[in-house]
Amino acid sequence: MSEETLTIKPYLKAPAGGDPYLEGQKCDSCGAISLKKRMACAKCGGRDTVNPTKLATTGKLHSFSIIHRAFPGIEVPFISAIADLDGGGTIKTNMVGIDADPDKITLGMDIQVDFQTAPRKDADGNEYLTFVIKPAA
Amino acid sequence: MGSEDVYITGIDMIKFGKFLDRSIASLGAEAALGAMDDASVTINDIQALYSGNLMAASGMVGQQIQEEIGQTGIPAINVSNACATGATALREGYIAIRAGIYDTVLAVGVEKLAGAGMLGGGGGAPKGLHPEGLLGSGSMPCVFAEAGMAHAKEYGTTFEQFAQISVKNHHHSTMNPKARYQIETPLEEVMNAEMISYPNTKLMCSANVDGSAAAVLMSEKEMKKRGLQGQAVKIRASVLTTDPWTDRDEVMPDVNTCTRNAATQAYEMAGVGPDDLDLVELHDCFATAEVLHYENLQLCGDGEAGKLIDEKQTWIGGRIPVNLSGGLLSKGHPIGATGIANQYELAMHLRGQAGKRQVEGAKIGLAHVIGLGTCCGIHILEGPSS
Repeated sequence: MSEETLTIKPYLKAPAGGDPYLEGQKCDSCGAISLKKRMACAKCGGRDTVNPTKLATTGKLHSFSIIHRAFPGIEVPFISAIADLDGGGTIKTNMVGIDADPDKITLGMDIQVDFQTAPRKDADGNEYLTFVIKPAA
Repeated sequence: MGSEDVYITGIDMIKFGKFLDRSIASLGAEAALGAMDDASVTINDIQALYSGNLMAASGMVGQQIQEEIGQTGIPAINVSNACATGATALREGYIAIRAGIYDTVLAVGVEKLAGAGMLGGGGGAPKGLHPEGLLGSGSMPCVFAEAGMAHAKEYGTTFEQFAQISVKNHHHSTMNPKARYQIETPLEEVMNAEMISYPNTKLMCSANVDGSAAAVLMSEKEMKKRGLQGQAVKIRASVLTTDPWTDRDEVMPDVNTCTRNAATQAYEMAGVGPDDLDLVELHDCFATAEVLHYENLQLCGDGEAGKLIDEKQTWIGGRIPVNLSGGLLSKGHPIGATGIANQYELAMHLRGQAGKRQVEGAKIGLAHVIGLGTCCGIHILEGPSS
């Protein structure tokens, strides 16, 4: 493995010697927060108004689905979840630490973000850091 | 010249199915010839061809169709706009006639999709680790399940209510000989079918099929010159929108806002309201999606979609029948053809030719499609006054 930690998305940051975090792009003009770096703000079109911001690791579950049929090589079932983070920013990832049962999952419940090594490697055998959400402790 | 009303004077679709031995062009050509026959015109009357196809979008499908139906040298415009491809192709023809450039054009939508399997989320990552199954799922059944569950969060919509959409659309398709399937699927069967992406079971996912549909569009002057008043369906509104930025749309494609915006524009353009509609064909790519669009299209107030379902208001014979064709769930969803096939369904009702599923005295209908990525196409059609 290379010295630098590889991350599954550019907005997942793993600084050397520091804790990993999710980075949003916040527009100082209109307040919109996106995950992707863009040429201009997607909401207001502002130029040079968007700056990186560290996103919270707590939030609320906005929606989910339980995946029972996936593409070859992907274990099922798993929970695909969308969470609104406290202070802004919305992420989508797997939800763990709770049964993949719709009756057990409460929409709007408090969640927290957890960082972990991805359970699979890329074609070249490299490890990646990824993130999941789980019910808030 | 210009700003003349535009009419669909001929329209056709093939019976959707699985045609292993047929080319994309031959399927498109069959619907094109059908539409021209319906309008009593030939390829020599057509001034431009608008051809919609998604999966072979780089293949010059419009020109391939011309090879089948007549190479007259007219412009062919190849259109690709996800599941709104057919609606976009037809709308481009509409715009050209409104602009006064042509009097008679042909719009065709065609797709070969039978056996395509689950779409979305499976594409190869050019570099790095593919996120499918690690950062949730990008599969279409999941994306629309998540959209539906957001409605459940807000209004308590239930698995059973989502499933009832599929029961209804399959029931409607038993009266449509051009639908891919004509089978009843009772509630228990829908709910107990293979779970794909909760709450969407296999019977709550649109059917991947081969299919085509085509329409001949004319200016009012041309329509009258040819004496087609008895069958001409007027395009009262033709609208296309994309999704404006919303806070979640980066990870959760927003099919709601673009539909709401398109509906508002379409009603204003047509000078009608949702209460004036006699039937609606909307984009039920998954059962969960239809529920959202009841509210997006203002067929009911926000939070009332569940009630609409419980009271069977969108069933045949109900207050506002939705997807009498069987919809994408049972008629089938050949992506590029869908946005013209839904207007074929409206036209059949507005012309009083819809057979067993006919809405008696239907005057005005609305057709809606969503292309993920994202865009929304809406057409409001008015039948010939008799």
